[in-house]
Amino acid sequence: MDDLIADFVAECREMLEALGGEIVAWEAQPDDRARLDSIFRFVHTVKGNCGFFEFPRLEALSHAAEDALADVRAGRRHADAPLVSAVLGIIDRIGEMVAAIDAGEEMPPGDDSALIHALEPGAEGAAPAATPAAEGPGRTASAPRTIRLSVELLDRVMSTVSDMVLARNELARRLRESQSDVPVDGAFERLSSIIAEMRDAITRTRMQRIENLFVGLPRMVRDLSAELGKQVLIDIEGGDVELDREMIEMIRDPLTHIIRNAVDHGIEKPAERLHAKKREIGILAVAARQSGNQILIDIHDDGRGIDGKKLVEKAIAAGIVDKAAAAQLSPREQLALIFEAGLSTAKEVTSISGRGVGMDVVRSNIERIGGIVEVDSKLGEGTRMTLRVPLTLTIIPALTLSVGDHHFAIPRSAIVEIVRANGESVKLEHLGNAGVATIRGRRVPEVSLARLLGLESGIDPKDRTLVVIRPAGGDVYALSVDRIHDHEELVVKPAAPAVMATGLYAGTTLADDGSPILLFDPAGLAEVGGIKLEIQERAARIAEGPAAAVAKATAVLLFRGIDGGRRAIRLAVVDRIEELPVAAVTEAAGQLRVQVGDAILPLAGVTKGDLTADKVRLFRLNDGQHEIGYAFREVIDFAAIDNDVIHAESPAEISGVSLINGEPAELIDAHWLFAHHVGPAARLNADLVCRLPSDDLWMQNMLRPLIEAAGYRVVDESHEGAADLVIAAQGAQLPEDAAAKTIWLRADPEASGKKDPSIYRYDRAGLLVALKSAGGGAGK
Amino acid sequence: MNELLLVVTIAGTRVALPASAVESVVELDTLIPVPRAASHVAGLSALRSRVLTVIDCMRSLELGETDCSDGIREAAVVELDGHHYALIVDFVEDVVEALSEPAPVRATMGAGWDRASHGMIETEGGPLLLIDVGALIAGAEAKAAA
Repeated sequence: MDDLIADFVAECREMLEALGGEIVAWEAQPDDRARLDSIFRFVHTVKGNCGFFEFPRLEALSHAAEDALADVRAGRRHADAPLVSAVLGIIDRIGEMVAAIDAGEEMPPGDDSALIHALEPGAEGAAPAATPAAEGPGRTASAPRTIRLSVELLDRVMSTVSDMVLARNELARRLRESQSDVPVDGAFERLSSIIAEMRDAITRTRMQRIENLFVGLPRMVRDLSAELGKQVLIDIEGGDVELDREMIEMIRDPLTHIIRNAVDHGIEKPAERLHAKKREIGILAVAARQSGNQILIDIHDDGRGIDGKKLVEKAIAAGIVDKAAAAQLSPREQLALIFEAGLSTAKEVTSISGRGVGMDVVRSNIERIGGIVEVDSKLGEGTRMTLRVPLTLTIIPALTLSVGDHHFAIPRSAIVEIVRANGESVKLEHLGNAGVATIRGRRVPEVSLARLLGLESGIDPKDRTLVVIRPAGGDVYALSVDRIHDHEELVVKPAAPAVMATGLYAGTTLADDGSPILLFDPAGLAEVGGIKLEIQERAARIAEGPAAAVAKATAVLLFRGIDGGRRAIRLAVVDRIEELPVAAVTEAAGQLRVQVGDAILPLAGVTKGDLTADKVRLFRLNDGQHEIGYAFREVIDFAAIDNDVIHAESPAEISGVSLINGEPAELIDAHWLFAHHVGPAARLNADLVCRLPSDDLWMQNMLRPLIEAAGYRVVDESHEGAADLVIAAQGAQLPEDAAAKTIWLRADPEASGKKDPSIYRYDRAGLLVALKSAGGGAGK
Repeated sequence: MNELLLVVTIAGTRVALPASAVESVVELDTLIPVPRAASHVAGLSALRSRVLTVIDCMRSLELGETDCSDGIREAAVVELDGHHYALIVDFVEDVVEALSEPAPVRATMGAGWDRASHGMIETEGGPLLLIDVGALIAGAEAKAAA
């Protein structure tokens, strides 16, 4: 009997879940026969089973609903809003009762007669004209062949398969050690491939369509909007994207929260919307898609948007940022303030959301599973939230590293970069007991892994390697380790409580050689290592955000060229510094080139005859697509250009001269370098006040000097007045700005067609012509 | 059917572990230390591609430290809350049948033993102390923190 009840409960649950969306759709289209049928089928099933199990209340409820729906099916009644609400009420009550039966509890108290009464035609006011339900397009969905499995069983299978993979690795190692014969190896290979296939299949069984998460949304949005007196249409896309089951559970709450916020604070009341010349009905679009090993979930509403300025005011009032720091925030950083604890922009606290807890919790929940949340909003036009989460939790790409004889692993997702402690652009200093690394001018607190763990390090602190880490929800720090070993995909398992209690580890796993290895928790390391969270570092947390608002002084690297000249190059275009044997420099295809690792880069700043030493040092410059090398003798210092720049007469490697640290230094024109060395000469254009996207680093670092040299003042999107000229990457979205000419830049030297007005970004002559003509036009 | 007990020696003292809790008896060869973990966690080891958390019973009982320098150690493998532990013992003796329920020991045994035992249990070979595996794994520091 208990088994039968369990089956009944499971069946009801399944149907209830599937029904959530159907009912709302039915309300929107009451004459959709197929939907009506599936709802009818549900109450009918419940009624039938209740009689058998003796649940009289359930039976009475389902019976009443069945009768009412049968009338609609027969065309005796019209499905209107009161009826739909009444049916919904009954289905909810059935859900509560089923949950109680499942938990073995008493039925929830309450009288059902009001619910049943609400179904009666008298409750719907004037007698509606009965329209017979139209025959639906005969959707007889054939049930897929499935069986029900307990999740624990699946987890056990998954964990056994993981063990099997590890056992195979161990066997592989033993086989390598012993002299085995070919047949054994062959058999092992076959076993290996079968295991790999099985692991794939079993990983997929853990995957669920994200639909499971989305199916409840229409109902939730309907109820919310009804409660708030709003009209919201939800549009769901990408329900067939698959995601690890555990991951789906982890994003359920954050997603719910974001949607509640969107309906509550984002979308306006119908009257307000009409006033703002929008459609009465707000649109909430939820879309999921897979991108590499990440899943992106977009939640977009067309509501009132987020007021960045108000947020800043609130943040200042709440003491989250100080006034000076707040003034420096870019629009994107302003929006990101909503993720700070204790901020809510709603004027009133409502029952739905707006208690000031929430978005910070959303962010920390998403970051805990290795994901990120981004927000983008236009005041008056809407808000877009994007969740990016990894596909699965169980297999983590990691980097193995060591201190002394001890090996550890660290999740690769947290690693920003790896530099040598004694590298050219890195300085490691000790203040008291604390270490501070200066990496390309940026100060980063250092944690010595050896000291943190109380281990003997095998090598001198100067020769260690710094792993720059950005933990979820934390700030960047540098972990100094003895050695970096390998990238591995690790099957991570939780470690014993006694090990987890240290706060340092995220789990354990077995390395390829069969020995256990501990996986670090990057945030835990920072915490135990005593790294203090710095609120001003907020900018660093914004994914792909612009580097700190364009500073007044431009940071440059001051150096001495091969010919002894004192020069400066913008810090941002320097990727890193390399020291290579002179033999790596060759003259090929008409210019000097240097081999760095597997890459051959054009080499600037030198002619063949100048290279007299054994080694050559060079900057690796990067414009985001291409790299070139620039040879130099020595780095003098980091500096900032705060004096006027005297621009050069004609375009060349040197764009101008400025006083830096009291002495003149030549400024390297990175744009010219790339234009000259990477491809055909560039073509571009500009104007008197010229607006450049602040988040396009190429434009800010390469193009800007050129535009400024042509006599333009460069501003970004936050500039209030009209610009004479706008420069944008081809395909970028631009706000309407009728006064301005727009120059489109393309990355491809070839135009896509005769009508393509864009200019290749290294077409220097074209750029200058366009800059000039735009200037002339504005002059009239 | 009375409960079966695994008789082992810890710090020179014969004690009993509930045999139902013990999955196997192994010889540990590799030991990977866990820096910053509680002192009674001797490290990690691998058994048939599973990770074992190795517990130094002497430390857990506040009786000193097991000398692991000579390499191979005998250990009893137990599972607690889904994690596998290896309890380092001097050696494993035998399996015997329990002849009584555990009874309190009315003498002072020392803080470690008091904390990590269920009491005295009768066997054919005389009374033995029945070890509380959970308390042994939790160690002295967890108790102090609680």
